[in-house]
Amino acid sequence: MQRLSVMLKTTAVRLSLLYLLMFVVSATVLVFYVSSKSEGLLRAQTERSIERELRGINNSYRNGGVNNVMRYIERRSRQPGSHLFIIASPTGEIIAGNVAEIAAGIFDKEGKINEPFDYKRFGDFDSEYTALAHVMQLPNGFKLLVGRDLDEPGRFSDLITNALITALAIMGVGALAIWFFVGRAALQRIDQMSVASEKIMAGDLSQRLPVMGAGDEFDRMSTSLNTMLERIERLNEGLRQVSDNIAHDLKTPLTRLRNRAEAALAGNKTSANYRDALEDMISESDHLIRIFSALLMISRVEAGSAAAQLSDLDLSAVALDAAELYEPAADEVGIKLLTDIDKDIKVNGSRELIGQTLSNLIDNAIKYADIDPDDDTKDDISVRGDAVISIKLKKHGKEMYLMVCDNGPGIPEDKHNDVIKRFVRLDKSRNKPGTGLGLSLVDAVMRMHGGSLKLSTTNARNKDNPGLTVTLIFPMKL
Amino acid sequence: MKILIIEDDLETAAYLTKAFREAGLNVDHASDGDSGYFLANENTYDVMVVDRMLPKRDGLSIISSLRDKGNETPVLILSALGQVDDRVTGLRAGGDDYLTKPYAFSELLARVEILGRRKGTRDTETGYRVGDLELDRLSHEVRRGGQIINLQPREYSLLEYLMNNAGQVVTRTMLLENVWDYHFDPQTNVIDVHISRLRAKIEKDFDGPLLHTIRGAGYILKVSE
Repeated sequence: MQRLSVMLKTTAVRLSLLYLLMFVVSATVLVFYVSSKSEGLLRAQTERSIERELRGINNSYRNGGVNNVMRYIERRSRQPGSHLFIIASPTGEIIAGNVAEIAAGIFDKEGKINEPFDYKRFGDFDSEYTALAHVMQLPNGFKLLVGRDLDEPGRFSDLITNALITALAIMGVGALAIWFFVGRAALQRIDQMSVASEKIMAGDLSQRLPVMGAGDEFDRMSTSLNTMLERIERLNEGLRQVSDNIAHDLKTPLTRLRNRAEAALAGNKTSANYRDALEDMISESDHLIRIFSALLMISRVEAGSAAAQLSDLDLSAVALDAAELYEPAADEVGIKLLTDIDKDIKVNGSRELIGQTLSNLIDNAIKYADIDPDDDTKDDISVRGDAVISIKLKKHGKEMYLMVCDNGPGIPEDKHNDVIKRFVRLDKSRNKPGTGLGLSLVDAVMRMHGGSLKLSTTNARNKDNPGLTVTLIFPMKL
Repeated sequence: MKILIIEDDLETAAYLTKAFREAGLNVDHASDGDSGYFLANENTYDVMVVDRMLPKRDGLSIISSLRDKGNETPVLILSALGQVDDRVTGLRAGGDDYLTKPYAFSELLARVEILGRRKGTRDTETGYRVGDLELDRLSHEVRRGGQIINLQPREYSLLEYLMNNAGQVVTRTMLLENVWDYHFDPQTNVIDVHISRLRAKIEKDFDGPLLHTIRGAGYILKVSE
């Protein structure tokens, strides 16, 4: 019973109820219209047929007087489905005819009787019949009534009404059955969805809503909800991974900081020793602060709160500025910083964020210029003579490509996706300065700008130093 | 120089007060927004250091009220909120400089001293002179001992900023903010390299160093004694 009431609340059932109601109203109007029209039509027909009979009686009177009329009536009244004929005395008593009894006062008037009247037939005294009639005065003072039964046309309109009502009833029952099955099917789908979503709410994010493959609206909804769930699951997974990484990457420097303080307290009690320890601790805390700021920045950028700062930006100028800022630093360690920047490329962006992005990338390129990622022993930047970093900005169709290419050791292609993740550093011992957040920030910034980040190998033919090319793809300014 | 510190964390405030006094500054301290606003109205300060989040009345509203009343005392905002938009809101409220927590005291001191000095602003001058080094802001010419030194545009802006603040310590972040207009930490020694290039140009063929490195703080442009 409860199920039924749930079902009655479904949109499908409510809509079909509404449709049924509209259908019933219009069908009823139709029935009344048809039957009233046909009644009028049949009555006119009845009247015409009475008039025809009267003309026949007149003719036979002109041809042979009253006797001839009597014979005519005699003959006509025996025919099946005949008219009603009554011959009455001048006082209104029935003398002859095929009618048993007739409503009183019919013979008082002469001519057409506009109102239908009741009468009884021979052999059927229990039922009343109705008829239309015409009364005429015969020359001998007698009265002649010619009438026609109205039940036949009445039966016809009854027939139409009945047929329509039956049809309506069948349709109503059919509609109810269809609702029942359609509504139940819809309810079942929704129940399946609620079961799945309850599991998801309970924390099982790997659950998906059922898709039947019918391509109907439920499937479409399930599919888009599933896509959303996938994104949520991915974000959640990312969040879990990040918190693991934060635990590791923040606890390590904190432990070092603590150890350093402990060691200083336990060691030589000279002020030089204390000074060294304090300086180390300051640089350790600076590193921690840097990680914190980078994390905060990434989450701010990802939350999109920085999106409000986007404005018309000359990307060419930003790229040139970044190159100019880093050129001396690269030069100092023997790396050539080249630019190939097309003029007047405009995007909708934030100078600060893109500047920082470029700064991260150039900084990485300098830092890893000649470092073997598997070799932890090399710590200093000792660069070969031909090291080059080039910054390129090109317009390509509807996209702007801002590239930072180096000819260093590069990153193996199967790890390109990994390094974008937070805290992932190929330098396992994490000896190189850095937070492991640089490329994650770049990725977040690019997504905020509606663009994307792509890593590729600069020159695959060079086995020793294939190099890394980071391409920032910006959409065309709208 | 007399400064007002409005900071609610008492330990930080005590540390700052002590450190500023050691640097030779005269310090008043208020620990909430209301008393800070009261002190700022009662006394005249050269610089105010205002924390952004304060009990009773927040830092930005203090600054806007003071500015509305025509009080133009330079204000440095201290804040844990360090994104560009936070900085923009801070400066729009009437702040003159913005420093994100945590910071090095040397950074704060350098900025406060420059703000204090800025009162008698030199921004409108048409040229600067430090020892025998001259910079003409109209013709963009730099000379030392009468001899023209050719500088790249960025080197010129760098020198202009240093000369405008001659005799004051300027930090690397201040240079990055004012010369390059970037507010992030570049992590490497990019600024140092620019400085050494500039130093080579203005010192190499001349007598006497002018651009000095202050260890752990930044740079100072002055005639050495």
